[in-house]
Amino acid sequence: MQNNFLSFVKKESLHILRDSRTMLIVMLIPVVLMVLFGFAISTEVNNIKVAVVAPNRTDAIRKAVTQLAQNDYFSFYGYISNDQVDKKLRSGEVNAVVLFVPDYERRMVDVGSGVSGSPVIQLILDASNVNTAGAASGYLQSILWGPVSQQTLFETRMLFNPQMKSAFNFVPGIMGLIFILVCAMMTSVSIVREKEMGTMEVLLVSPVRPFKIIMAKMIPYFAISCIVLLLILFLAHYLLGVPMSGGVWGILSLSMLYLVLSLSLGLLVSTIAQTQVAALLISAMVMMMPILMLSGMLFPIENLPKFFQVVSTLIPARWYIDAVRKMMIQGVPIAEVWSNCAILFGMTVLLLGVSFKKFNDKLE
Amino acid sequence: MEAIEIYDISKSFGPVHALESVSFTVRAGELFGLIGPDGAGKTTLFRLLTTLLIPDRGTARVGGYDIVADYRAIRSCVGYMPGRFSLYPDLTVEENLNFFAALFGVTVAQSYNLVAPIYRQIEPFKNRRAGKLSGGMKQKLALSCALIHRPQILFLDEPTTGVDAVSRSEFWNMLSDLRQRGITILVSTPYMDEASRCDRIALCNEGRIMGIDTPRGIVHQYDTELYAVRAHNMYALLEEARKVEGVDACYPFGEAHHLVAGLGFDSGHFAERLGFLDGLHIEPVAPTIEDVFIKLMKR
Amino acid sequence: MNDVVISVRELTKRFGDFIAVNRISFDVPRGEIFGFLGANGAGKTTAMRMLCGLSYPSAGSGTVAGYDIRCESERIKRCIGYMSQRFSLYNDLTVRENMLLFAGIYGLSRREALAGSERMLGKLDFVSEGDTLVGSLPLGWKQKLSFAIATLHSPEVVFLDEPTGGVDPVTRRQFWEMIYEAASQGTTIFVTTHYMDEAEYCSRVSVMVDGEIRALDTPARLKQQYAANSMDEVFRILARGAKRGE
Repeated sequence: MQNNFLSFVKKESLHILRDSRTMLIVMLIPVVLMVLFGFAISTEVNNIKVAVVAPNRTDAIRKAVTQLAQNDYFSFYGYISNDQVDKKLRSGEVNAVVLFVPDYERRMVDVGSGVSGSPVIQLILDASNVNTAGAASGYLQSILWGPVSQQTLFETRMLFNPQMKSAFNFVPGIMGLIFILVCAMMTSVSIVREKEMGTMEVLLVSPVRPFKIIMAKMIPYFAISCIVLLLILFLAHYLLGVPMSGGVWGILSLSMLYLVLSLSLGLLVSTIAQTQVAALLISAMVMMMPILMLSGMLFPIENLPKFFQVVSTLIPARWYIDAVRKMMIQGVPIAEVWSNCAILFGMTVLLLGVSFKKFNDKLE
Repeated sequence: MEAIEIYDISKSFGPVHALESVSFTVRAGELFGLIGPDGAGKTTLFRLLTTLLIPDRGTARVGGYDIVADYRAIRSCVGYMPGRFSLYPDLTVEENLNFFAALFGVTVAQSYNLVAPIYRQIEPFKNRRAGKLSGGMKQKLALSCALIHRPQILFLDEPTTGVDAVSRSEFWNMLSDLRQRGITILVSTPYMDEASRCDRIALCNEGRIMGIDTPRGIVHQYDTELYAVRAHNMYALLEEARKVEGVDACYPFGEAHHLVAGLGFDSGHFAERLGFLDGLHIEPVAPTIEDVFIKLMKR
Repeated sequence: MNDVVISVRELTKRFGDFIAVNRISFDVPRGEIFGFLGANGAGKTTAMRMLCGLSYPSAGSGTVAGYDIRCESERIKRCIGYMSQRFSLYNDLTVRENMLLFAGIYGLSRREALAGSERMLGKLDFVSEGDTLVGSLPLGWKQKLSFAIATLHSPEVVFLDEPTGGVDPVTRRQFWEMIYEAASQGTTIFVTTHYMDEAEYCSRVSVMVDGEIRALDTPARLKQQYAANSMDEVFRILARGAKRGE
């Protein structure tokens, strides 16, 4: 009976290969997402236009402005007068304004000698993009702090992702999303399609056990997902420069576990859905939305309301994304994220068990 | 030997009684027809016998195996062609056949002589995708796939629905050939004119069996007088005929109307009453299975 | 020429190299039940689509209810009714809702639609079922209902695409009686079917083979011409030579 299992796999592979449009989409989506998140949609601070208000352009101020203009993240717009501030920010000509007090140099000496006083520099930022404004404010402070005092009061260091590149954060998120999309959606649709076509009836009325039918369906999708996985890792490393410092093998093995989990999720959907449309809707609404919103892919889990934090623990992608993030960016070896692995493994076993039980060899 | 034995089987889906205490047997080597319209419960019966559903009440045996307890044994000895087009449209003719062979653990070569008379007709198109075949060719491929593992019993659920008259008659010739080779065939159809191609038939409607016999025997059961009436204006004839006393029923039937004679009907009197209709013609006619069906339905 | 409702001359439809309909010509007078037969893939559906204004002919000309099928398809759509086995009614609407919906689609005013649907319900003996969901009706009733709805706006021609597939013999006959009645009131019926006994009910029958009309006459004369006992035989004699499938 080995023979019939292989022909099953062959048949499933043919279905996939003949549907070249779907194949193309499956391969293209990860690439497009990586490029989008990597370059276009960026929360990084880049090319911030800064104007300066300085009633007296003293040497100290000129020095500070020069430093600012030399920095990659900022471009110096020019000096403006106090009453232009609002207009320039509103029109978007500048993103930030630095105001120096008129008696800047004298006040600086006070600060330097430990005499406390009122602020000497005011930063006004366009905060319509909160992320950009926050990051810009941090950078500006650190640049302008330099001339304020030789002695360092604070030193902030960004670890793991020193340039704060957002692509690094998105890569694990994209992986968490894509595999659910490819595995869960495609397997559930392909099983439900057979129900719709009536071929499932013929398959069931044959000596082949349902277990084999399911396994044969999963294998080609698993293979495709592995290709997509390699594609994503390749792009992440060579295009976006994600370090993968935790070791590729760890990431690969965890991802494969996640693939199996996604496949069993698809199987579960196929036992519930009766039509391809229903399968698609369930996959999209019930699986994608929570991944986007609650997995930490877009919004940090710590920032969610308490209730949703609890809900997020039920979402496999949360644990996967978290672990991959740690391994890819923080360079943690797989052993350090064992708890995530254990949770994912438990979820996989549970899902597989439930879907095998639900996948009936009858029609009811 | 009985190939299929059904005892008092009932099956409901919610409030719908799909089958209500159905019992009959099909002998080994018989070509047995289930004749009835949509909603008669034919598909439900097929799904019960192919072990895809479990009956609410009653038992049945297929090839000697119980449909509930021994369902795995049944699955390896029957062939099933469900009502819908049950092939993979994106696979070629040959790939479909190979796949179904492998599904049952056989090779096409092993069963070639059984499927050859049918498969040879579509073999020239073996590299064509099944979805691109014509209705008649699809049907032949589906039958080849259902036969590939040399089943003892073949279940064909409405194989001829939506297929043109020529392909339909070719298909029935194929079934007769298979019967000659000793395969038991249970086939359903909504076309009454196909009933005469079966050894025995069961007339079914709304989940019940209304009668079981040979096609000839069924027709013999018809015990009332039947006439064919004709006139130039057929619609007027229909309306007028129903007003004449002694006419139990009058309905269109092919080129004429069939008139069921009741108590006190006299054809001479009828011709006189409706003499004002141009071209009126009345003659006794032998009933067909469809007449029997109509009569049983009205009961 | 008011009495010819459908008139077609050399109508042709090509899809690339494939000639689906090859120069067919015929006339259908008012009140006729015109049977349009053909094997699977003979080109029936394509021809019917052109007549309904859903498909543009590659060559040839035709009029339906006096309107040109090439340039007045919008007008044609307003004065024809269409019913097929596949698409009939909305299962999740009630009988009345379906009637009002389609009456509205065909441009009847609210008052006409209400009056028309009540009249139709009475005629079908459906008054008590007016608020039943169509999905829960038996197939035969649905088919009768869709025919009633297709004729609600008193169209000149009703196109019926295999209207009686799978319907029981009694309902099938009731259905044909509705067709007879509509025809006797001057509605032209254009019908395709796989039941050959139904072909006998038609005033005239055309048989399409490989995109061409091979025979067109009354059932009686066709049987005489081909020395056959039934339309089934006539059809088989004509269709046996068919070269192409779907």
